[in-house]
Amino acid sequence: MSYKTDYNRVQGLGRAGEGVGHFWIQRVTAMALVPLAILFLIPFANALGGGYEALVATYSQFGNALTAALFILVASWHFSIGIQVVIEDYTQGGTRLVLIVLSKFFSFVLGAAGVLAVAKILFSA
Amino acid sequence: MVQLTLPKNSKIRTGKTWPKPEGAKTLRTFRIYRWSPDDGENPRVDTYFVDMDSCGPMVLDALIKIKNEIDPTLTFRRSCREGICGSCAMNIDGTNTLACIFGMDEIKGDVKIYPLPHMPVVKDLVPDLTHFYAQHESIMPWLETKSNTPAKEWRQSIEDREKLDGLYECVMCACCSTSCPSYWWNGDRYLGPAALLHAYRWIIDSRDEATGERLDGLHDPFKLYRCHTIMNCTSTCPKHLNPAKAIAEIKKMMVERVV
Repeated sequence: MSYKTDYNRVQGLGRAGEGVGHFWIQRVTAMALVPLAILFLIPFANALGGGYEALVATYSQFGNALTAALFILVASWHFSIGIQVVIEDYTQGGTRLVLIVLSKFFSFVLGAAGVLAVAKILFSA
Repeated sequence: MVQLTLPKNSKIRTGKTWPKPEGAKTLRTFRIYRWSPDDGENPRVDTYFVDMDSCGPMVLDALIKIKNEIDPTLTFRRSCREGICGSCAMNIDGTNTLACIFGMDEIKGDVKIYPLPHMPVVKDLVPDLTHFYAQHESIMPWLETKSNTPAKEWRQSIEDREKLDGLYECVMCACCSTSCPSYWWNGDRYLGPAALLHAYRWIIDSRDEATGERLDGLHDPFKLYRCHTIMNCTSTCPKHLNPAKAIAEIKKMMVERVV
């Protein structure tokens, strides 16, 4: 039971002074992913079916490795921002907090693993 | 938080079927949500039959006829009967709208009437809008000025006045906010399309001197950024306004401040 007024409830803890950065970066990464996805998928599709050798040959070239690394980095970043919005929409309290932290860890591991894998092929060729 | 099923005490049961009016030739069936805080019962849907030969064309006409002639306990809000007061907002045939300006000829089959979705119900078709009104109050829906008050009036050009068209007509009926899934799940913190449309109405008012403060007040992941452009607000608005566009304009101004 609480006798807080509705106005008091609406004020809550006040404004966070945050949100525009999140909103803007989500749009910028989305825009970046359009060309990056195309540049990543063309050599990837060409190498598909050629087996291990074809993939190693493709990502031994600097341009292909660069677009792949950029695509993986920006996609993980975009995923991290986007999934946070989904979690905020559908969960609350402690669950929200834990899921956001886990999603951040997952995104960073995904991005780092992807970039390191591409780097390994590039530098071992 | 997201709720995909109704709580146990909110599950809707089949209600009473009221007798058909004697001698009526053209009957229309109405299925109306009923709930009373006094009897401890679950909500139910009652069935009424209305003689359309002696009934006006709008859904509100039928509701008033049911209350007058069949069941005086049926509870709903209404006042102006011409779409100006916003009192009779309810969910009719699956859409939030004003009963007074929604014609029954637009509905096929039975007329199904429920209160505005996802709001606490006071009784029958009357939702509790106190939180909604407090959210409206929080965006300072009035002219804020710092300059000395002019002797005569705060002047506004015709062009600047035209910027308020499509915004000032909002009657705060709550159809838009209660149609928004983001408002359903996070209505405690998200201000919702109605309050944000009003916020934008004052942000772009050329006479207002608190534009920056108003934008500051909305800079929050929940107050503003729960809007994901779902557009239910715009498609349901009985006054044909566009709250989604108003919110998009606020988001654009937010970006303008930082980029």
